[in-house]
Amino acid sequence: MIRFILGKILWLIPTLVGITIVAFGFVRVLPGDPVLLMAGERGLTPERHAELTHQLGFDRPIWEQYFDFLWKVLHGNLGDSLVTHKPVLNEFLALFPATVELGLCAMVLAVAIGVPVGVMAAIKRGSWFDQATMTTALVGYSMPIFWWGLLLIILFSGILKWTPVSGRISLMYYFPNGSGFMIWDALMSGQKGALTSALSHLILPSVVLATIPLAVIARQTRSAMLEVLGEDYVRTARAKGMPPRRVIGIHALRNAMIPVITTIGLQVGMLMAGAILTETIFSWPGIGKWMVDSISRRDYPSVQGGLLMIAAIVMVVNLIVDLLYGLINPRIRHR
Amino acid sequence: MTIRSMLLAGAAAVLMTAGGAGAKTLVYCSEASPEGFDPAPYTSGTTFDASSHPVYDQLVEFKPGTTEIEPGLAESWDVSEDGLTYTFHLRQGVKFHSVDGFSPTRDFNADDVIFSFDRQGNKDNPYYEYAPGVSYEYYAGMDMPTIIKSIEKVDDYTVKFTLSEPNAPFLADMAMDFASIISKEYADKLAAEDRKADINNVPVGTGPFEFVAYQKDAVIRYKANPDYFKGKAPIDDLIFAITPDPAVRMQKLQAGECQIMPYPAPADLEALKSDPNITVGEQPGLNVAYFAYNTTQKPFDDPKVRKALNMSINKQAIIDAVFQGAGQVAKNPIPPTMWSYNDAIQDDPYDPEAAKKMLDEAGVKDLEMNIWAMPVQRPYMPNARRTAELMQADLAKVGVKANIVSYEWGEYLSKSKDPNRDGAVILGWTGDNGDPDNFLAVLLGCSAAESGANRAFWCDKDFDDLITKARQTSDMAERTKLYEQAQVVFKEQAPWDTIAHSTVFMPMSNKVTGYVMSPLGGHDFYGVDISE
Repeated sequence: MIRFILGKILWLIPTLVGITIVAFGFVRVLPGDPVLLMAGERGLTPERHAELTHQLGFDRPIWEQYFDFLWKVLHGNLGDSLVTHKPVLNEFLALFPATVELGLCAMVLAVAIGVPVGVMAAIKRGSWFDQATMTTALVGYSMPIFWWGLLLIILFSGILKWTPVSGRISLMYYFPNGSGFMIWDALMSGQKGALTSALSHLILPSVVLATIPLAVIARQTRSAMLEVLGEDYVRTARAKGMPPRRVIGIHALRNAMIPVITTIGLQVGMLMAGAILTETIFSWPGIGKWMVDSISRRDYPSVQGGLLMIAAIVMVVNLIVDLLYGLINPRIRHR
Repeated sequence: MTIRSMLLAGAAAVLMTAGGAGAKTLVYCSEASPEGFDPAPYTSGTTFDASSHPVYDQLVEFKPGTTEIEPGLAESWDVSEDGLTYTFHLRQGVKFHSVDGFSPTRDFNADDVIFSFDRQGNKDNPYYEYAPGVSYEYYAGMDMPTIIKSIEKVDDYTVKFTLSEPNAPFLADMAMDFASIISKEYADKLAAEDRKADINNVPVGTGPFEFVAYQKDAVIRYKANPDYFKGKAPIDDLIFAITPDPAVRMQKLQAGECQIMPYPAPADLEALKSDPNITVGEQPGLNVAYFAYNTTQKPFDDPKVRKALNMSINKQAIIDAVFQGAGQVAKNPIPPTMWSYNDAIQDDPYDPEAAKKMLDEAGVKDLEMNIWAMPVQRPYMPNARRTAELMQADLAKVGVKANIVSYEWGEYLSKSKDPNRDGAVILGWTGDNGDPDNFLAVLLGCSAAESGANRAFWCDKDFDDLITKARQTSDMAERTKLYEQAQVVFKEQAPWDTIAHSTVFMPMSNKVTGYVMSPLGGHDFYGVDISE
């Protein structure tokens, strides 16, 4: 088992180096000059342009810039943003808790609803429940997130007034030096109403962000269950008179979970993509919105640093998923 | 941080922001995050709204709701006969704000003024590049390094600026955001503690509001400055709730989560105007969207051809379809809210028949041209692509075949400056300081034709003489006359088709009183009150 884990971790190293190249190259391949974008319509003289380009180090050979970036990364320095002039790592860490909080809530929601619905749909294959949930899942999967978010805001915040429109917590609460995880900070503050406020702000964005992963997970669980339910060992278990609950719970579900866990792991990457739109609609101060802004301003250090951090995190999550297989399936563990 | 200290901090924060019973809080749903809190290195209005407007003052200021100059940190000023020296007499007893880790030991004085400008122009000043990549683009863009010859401290409360040539717009420049006065004492303290970059994180100014905290991309908090030299603001707390999506801003305003918002989506205006709890402020923007021909190339070097093309484009249709009514047809290169706007000028009428005839007379046949459409939305132009499509259809009616081209924004800006550029460019401008020179010289002067900022590459001696003379004259009536004449020359020569001036809308709750819209496009909350 230890060799298995070590092997997986060693593989991360070349992958991470590859990611630094992609992250560094990506934003430079896009047309656009950060210096020109900074000046806008006002423009600047060619001399001033050359001076600024030199000041920012963009006139050096590309490989030199890359190795400089890599060297700094190895020393835990992602460089400074061209826009705010602050260290990229600090910017990332300030925004990251908001994305994690929202992502976790959405993921819990997607799994807690998606897996049971998928299992039920598989067991009652062809029933109205199966057909209704799978049609809904298809609709959810194809939902334009921006439109969906706005629709929910207009309905639940505008007309029904059940939930707040946007933000993370009511403006009357404010936790300087908090952890950035609003639920935790609200809980720790002990202020009356803070936790309720934080939770009520989380509902709509979580639902919106969970929509697509929920649909994917429900469909994947259903098809994995159907496959497993047709296996010989399930028939044997049934034939020897095992109660259906046990057959499904122990024999079928556990085996069906392997592809489902893969899907869940892959959805973490999808969540990052969904976060871009969800965060913009709900004024959620997270990584997704920040990345889009940085790309549109060609803020090279922020884009390459941010991409590197996100990729590293997604890889770690996938590593954990790989290790989870081992827990569920002994054959993988002992290979 | 322990739970106990966190509890204390939280409780303190609630006390601070709520300010006890009866504290008045105004929440502004702002459209984006500020890039920083030091206005000088930036050029965006969003950043100025969060930095120079609430926190800082300038030597002179714009009178609310106008582009007129009034005293700010300078109580009065003298201009020498030759227009080369400006002597500012500073206000006494003005206090800088206190923030965590800094309390001022002295009042505002001449040292602060000198430092605020010296750091932008003097490479040896420790704050010239206080963080990697910091540069003072506005200072450079307004030509300050050439205009200002020297700045001297006469005594603690008198500062003398010597210019290299007479420059009437200089006074208006001093009211701009980059000319904000920062505390030298605070800057020195930060430098001594090796945290100079904090001048961009925690601002210390003399303005109506003191900075309290910024949670990145979410909330900015300010409290009223009790010692403000014009008197404490009627509200106690000012909060910016950063809300990038306009439809969501509207929902927040309607739900009472904020009381005032900028930049509504044009499609939402009807709904906002019909909401009985909301008032929609409205004002023409200090901007222009234009269509600049390359006047150095055939056949666009002929004013008759340019005029004919102008007459073939239906501008009202663009206002209706692209601006959705939130704009007005432009006939002059400067907006109607600007002094010296020449309202006597007649716009070239939309007349495709006459245009066709004029083109024939000029010997233009089977003309094919490029229309450059910007890839981004700007305050003066909601959708350049759509505008270009309408123009394309209009031009087809007079027998001109137009192709639409576009580039990434940065590239668009630089390529459109190339004198060999093929085609006419859609672009625009938002005024900086309310001075006509800031439109006419920057966009249409001969030196701008050389640098390319004049996208028409139009250098007309009569026009350039008029605006140069106006810049060097300090008599307002005289300047007005000269600019009015310059607009006549512009109309005759038609280097551009002036497309539109957009309208700016500001929806706010009926509880908000005293909000004055600035023709310069910034958002100020001093003087605003809120009823319960």
